[in-house]
Formats: sequence, structure tokens, C-alpha cells
Amino acid sequence: MALCLRTSSRSILYYLKSKICLLSSSSSSLTHQHHQKPTFTAPTAQNLRDPYANFSTKVNLLSTRRFQSTKVEEQWDSLNHAHHNQVLDFPGGKVAFTPEMRFISESPVERVHCYRVLDDNGQLITSSKFKQVSEEIAVKIYSDMVTLQTMDSVFYEAQRQGRISFYATTIGEEAINIASAAALTTDDLVFPQYREPGVLLWRGFSLQEFANQCFGNKDDNGKGRQMPIHYGSNKHNYFTVAATIATQVPHAVGAAYSLKMDRKKACAITYFGDGGTSEGDFHAALNFAAVMEVPVIFFCRNNGWAISTPTSDQFRSDGIVVKGPAYGVRSIRVDGNDTLAIYTAVHAAREIAISENRPILIEALTYRVGHHSTSDDSTKYRPVDEIEWWRSARDPVARFRKWIESNGWWCSEDELELRTSVRKQMLHAIQVAEKADKPPIAELFTDVYNVPPSNLCEQEKFLRETMKRHPRDHMPDVPV
Amino acid sequence: MRGILRQRVGSYMTVHEALNSALDEEMSADPNVFLMGEEYLCSNLHFLYQISIGLLKKYGPGRVFDTPITEAGFTGIGIGAAYHGLKPIVEFMTFNFSMQAIDHIINSAAKMNHMSAGQISVPIVFRGPNGAIAGAGAQHSHCFAAWYASCPGLKVLAPYSSEDARGLLKAAIRDPDPVVFLENTFLYEESFPVSEEVLGSNFFLPIGKAKIEREGKDVTITAFSRMVGYALKAAEILEKEGISAEVINLRSIRPLDRATINASVRKTSRLVTVEDGFPQHGVGSEICTSVIEESFSSLDAPVERITGADVPVPYNEDLERKSLPQVEDIVRAARRTCNCLA
Repeated sequence: MALCLRTSSRSILYYLKSKICLLSSSSSSLTHQHHQKPTFTAPTAQNLRDPYANFSTKVNLLSTRRFQSTKVEEQWDSLNHAHHNQVLDFPGGKVAFTPEMRFISESPVERVHCYRVLDDNGQLITSSKFKQVSEEIAVKIYSDMVTLQTMDSVFYEAQRQGRISFYATTIGEEAINIASAAALTTDDLVFPQYREPGVLLWRGFSLQEFANQCFGNKDDNGKGRQMPIHYGSNKHNYFTVAATIATQVPHAVGAAYSLKMDRKKACAITYFGDGGTSEGDFHAALNFAAVMEVPVIFFCRNNGWAISTPTSDQFRSDGIVVKGPAYGVRSIRVDGNDTLAIYTAVHAAREIAISENRPILIEALTYRVGHHSTSDDSTKYRPVDEIEWWRSARDPVARFRKWIESNGWWCSEDELELRTSVRKQMLHAIQVAEKADKPPIAELFTDVYNVPPSNLCEQEKFLRETMKRHPRDHMPDVPV
Repeated sequence: MRGILRQRVGSYMTVHEALNSALDEEMSADPNVFLMGEEYLCSNLHFLYQISIGLLKKYGPGRVFDTPITEAGFTGIGIGAAYHGLKPIVEFMTFNFSMQAIDHIINSAAKMNHMSAGQISVPIVFRGPNGAIAGAGAQHSHCFAAWYASCPGLKVLAPYSSEDARGLLKAAIRDPDPVVFLENTFLYEESFPVSEEVLGSNFFLPIGKAKIEREGKDVTITAFSRMVGYALKAAEILEKEGISAEVINLRSIRPLDRATINASVRKTSRLVTVEDGFPQHGVGSEICTSVIEESFSSLDAPVERITGADVPVPYNEDLERKSLPQVEDIVRAARRTCNCLA
């Protein structure tokens, strides 16, 4: 009986759909259309009347024709009374009702599964599907992971020696950094938090350029304006690191909108940690990206710690991956220490984001092996043996090394040569950066505005006069 | 909209029309300009000012879009779009709500060009009504001119007349730096005479230049936004008492036109600053300091500040009136500087 009724109401639904554009009922049927390629077209009367027009066009059109849904609601109302429908039609879409009062559990029976390709010994898991990498790419990925590891340890030592003021390592997250970068093109815009220098390294930022920024010298891309690790390079489409947490997440959405307006075959990617997902910006950005339908990848490095706050104090959901669907964003959880899993997931995410103009959320589970930064001593809030276990047994670099070695693409001589060479280059870069002059006084007043305003010109003049009058107060390595 | 404008060529225009026409012309000239704000699609709520009326229909939802309710979120998104070369105009329903987004305005917009060493410019405009509204209560009546004007990297504009509204908004949209554009609810429906030049599509006013609305020789009165109208009324009253007041419409709070203000004070020897925002660290404080630093020897009387009362703006009509500057307050202050009985 009920079945009969539903069939007849469905045919009425079809009839109505073919005559009027339905804001509410279109959403459920259109979730199956995600494989179609939506295009960003201007609204036309033709599109409005065609129930098979693709979803994104419809949404754009529907948003301007919202008033039409009131007409539809009246018609539905009369139908509902007539057929005792098992379905309710509220703003937002059809929803089946139930006489059972049942709360959805706050925690799932099973956590969302984690995509993985290589096992802990760097061997392919037999049934795993992944994107093939050539020897050349695989070796570059590995070399950059080693370079990142080495760069981190040298800069960390330099800070401890008092040669730079501050540093934050990426230890344990080398696979996230390099593999995700390798799966993108240089046209894709990167909005980092601060633990993703590897993405910049992959794109060609040199060790010397990293050192120049950390020492804040005259060759620094950033003109000595910011603390160490706040890298930025237009040339590499890597937006300057800002210390504010999660502000880059809505920025990426805005930039992705700009890419969409330009019809560019590129996406924006933004990185943030587990802690960053508590910020309001994260929620607004995901919500918006879904509504605006923009090509952006949200990459969460869930490394278990936000300085000293463990994830159990950060949120009570099953990590970050479950938050995506709450905003209508397609999501995946990957093993963040598995190079091939990350490479495959980001590659696929990029294709979907660009071809379908939709956001994707990737949660990479990993562990922050190093301290939060050189201002932190994490042994004060977590056990040393836990840190050491992750550093050695779960090292993503060693794991990938085992895979490339098993393919015959790497051997221990290559390893020794690479590590020695990179360390030497790093030490040299530091020496050069340390000796270089600091940025000139003129750079204090530039870039505040596009054109320096009169008050800043006056202040600069005043400063120079003061420096002339009191030369001994002026530091010798700061040029004028 | 255009039809109505044509009738008014060479005569009068409301501030509302001025802003709307400025947005229309800039969007037409540059495809990178787009609008974002709340309630753009809904044009029948009586309390909304509909500055963007007609633009959704003309340019489509790709360039005029309605945002979910999160100032922090959509401001961040607008700034991200500006980082990559679009020119967003972000509307706050009132600037009170911009406080939710102030981290992005200051830390992601104002400072970014400097922090990125010139690599990332932020050609964004934040606009909306600012200051007292009339019966809107404490959380809807705050003036943010002083807050935003204290931050290097931002430009802060406060138009008064239709000429100001058109010229400054067009300049703000074309400016590569982030601009905070403070409008005023009371002024939206006020009509001002506009010349042919003002109606031209390439008309714009220079940012950082104040306008001397009325010349005088006995006392300088500085004001911005709605208070300019009050200052002009006060000047008329003072004229009858033989006090010739020079009224300066600041137009630009940051950069502040210190040169014009100081030149005027050196001529008149007396200063009264007027604003309806809170007194401590207000715009008037900065102007008074500038005059004391640069024109101290010209002063014949202590400088005077007229501001709103140091209380959250009350809702009750009478209390609200008492908490905001009135024309009589300006008149009395001017008289005091001239050593007359207040």
C-alpha cells in the first residue's frame, strides 16, 4: 500500500520537476550527479526549466529564483494532504520521517577507516590501489624528504647555538609535506600554516633562501620583516606564512573562488593542524567552500598535539574527517606517514576539486615528533618513550626509503652521499646568511602602503637625521 | 536606476544613489570587482539599506553574492580572493559586526603587504554603516573610525556628501591598499548638489585630502561624516554672533590631512574637533596632538574636543540624544575658544 502511494507521488514529483524548478526536492536527486562536470554559466531561462541541467548551474540560478519555491510549496501542500506521504518537505529538501525517537550517537561504532598503501616496513599492502610514481619522481620525493629532515636538524641546532632566534621543525611530517607537494602542480596556490616548508622546498626554494629568511638578512625574500620560518614566495605560489592560526583556511577559499572566476585549471590547497580546526575560521571556510563550490583542498595534519593540548582536549569527534560531511564536503582519512597514500589522495583530490569545482577535505593522521617549536619542551607534557617510538619505528622517511630500495632505485651509498651533501650545503648556507648584511633602513617604511604616504616619508627623513647625529647608536651591520 | 540619475544630472543626488552608482560604474569598468555581504538577495527588509540595489540583477550571482552569517569567515574569504588579484567589496551590515572579523582586517589585510615584503597586496574595500543609528542601542551604534585609523597598512575614509561618497568609494575600489569605508545611516537619504564632473564615470577624490566646507577666520572646526552637517549648522549660528568658523570635512581619517588642519589652525588660532565616537583615544585626540605638535605657538586658546559620552550608546531616545554631540555642544565649544560665555 505504502509502496503504491510512493510510486504515484514520485510520478507527480517528476511532473512537477519538469514544469517548475524545485529548490527543495532537487538536492537529493542531484547528489548522484557529482560525476558530471558542472560549468559556471550565467543563468538563462532555458537552464531554469531543465531538470537535467547540472547542479552547480542550478544552485547559482536557484539562489536568484528562491521566491519560486513558495509557489511549489503550495502545490506540495495540497498533494501531501491528499496522499498521506511518508516524506516531509521542509526548506532544505525532502526528509523521511520516523515515529521512533532516536538520537544519532555522538561517537561512531567504528572510526572512519584510514587509507594506506605501504605497511610499516615500506612494503606494498597487497590489495592497495595507488597512483604509480616513476623512479625519477620517487627519488626526488625521497631526496626532498631527507633534505627537509636535514634542514630541520641543522636549523634547530643553529637556534640552540643562539645563531637564529626561533625555529619549528617538521619532524615526523616529511611525507605530508613532500608527497602532497609532489601531487600538485606549481599553478596550484598553497596557503600554509607554518609546518609545511617542505612544500616550498619541493617547488624549488633553495636552502640559501630558507637560511636568508631565518637570519632576516638583506637577501631575505621577506625583507627581514618576520620571525624565522615565516616563508613566502609569490614565484612559487606559496603565500606568506602568518602566525594567526587557521586564518589561511578562508583565504584559500577566496583564492579558489578567484581561480574559478578565471576558469583556471588549478586549485588552492591549505594546510592546518588538528588545533587549527577549533578556530571559527575553519568552520566558516568549509561551509562557504561547499556553498560556493570552489576548487580547494583542505589538508589537515592531525599530528596529535596543538602545542601541549592533545586531541582528546581539542575535540570529541572522530578526528577531523567526520567534520567534512557535516558541511557537505567530500572527505578522506589517510595515513600521514605513508608517502604513497598521501600522493595518491592529493592527486585524486586535485582532479576532483578542479573538474567538479568542489572542496575536498583530507585528514592525514600523523605524529608531531619534534617539539612545537624551539620555545617548547614537549617532554614536559608527553612521555619521552612515546616521542622516541614515533621518531624511529614510525619514521615516514625510513619507511619510504625501504620502498624505493626494494624497487632498486636507492641504496645506502646514495643515502650517505645525499645526507653528507645536504648537511654540507646547509652549513654553508647558514654561514653565508649569517655574514650577510641586514635589510637597509629604507625597508622599514616600504610596503606599508602601495605608495609611501607623506608621514612615513617624513619619519624616514627624521630617522636618517637622528642616525647622522648619533652614529654610535647605529648598528654596523644595518645598512642605510 | 540610471533613468533616475539622468533626471538629476547637474542637480541633486542622495548619498545612497551616489554609492550605488559608484559601485555600478566600478563593477562595469573592472570585471575583477565583486560584492559580498549578508542579505544581498533579500531586498525587502525595511531596515536594510540596499546600497547594492539593482546590481545583483545586472551582474549576476557570480559578482554579487550573499554570504552565510560569519563575518570572520567571509572577510577571510574576501581577503583570500584579494590576495589572488580579485577586488572584493565586503559589506558589513554595520561596522559593529566587523569586530567579528577584525583579526582578518588587521592581521590578514592591513599588515600583509608589509609582512610579505610587497609580494601580496590586498586591494579590498570594507564598507558599511558606522556609528550611531538612532534607537539601535549599544551594540549597533559604536563608531570605529579611531580603532581602524590607528592601524598602519589600512586606509580609513568617512564620506559626508554625495560627492564624497562617489569620489571616495571609487578611489577606494581603485586603491591597491585595503580601505575601510565608513558610511552613515542618516546620510544615506540626504540629498546633496552634485556637479557634472562628479557624475563622470572617471571621477574620484584623492585619498588623504580634507575639504574645507566653509571658510572662516576665527575658529577651525574639524568633523567627519554626519558631524560635518552639525558643524555647518553650528557655523551658521556662530556667524550670527560674529564668530566666523572654518569647517573642515576630514574625508580621510587615515591618512589624516594634517597639513590642511594645521594650516587652518595657524590662520584661525583656535580648534574644536567633533566626532560622535567615544572620547578616549578618539579621532579628536589625534587631531589635537597633531595641532599641538605642529602649531602650538599659533594657538590662542586650549583645543576642544566634542565627542560622544563615555558610555555605551543607550537605546532610549532622550538618553541617546544626550549621549551624542548636538549642534549646541559645538556652538558652545566654539564660543569657549573665543572667550565668550558658553
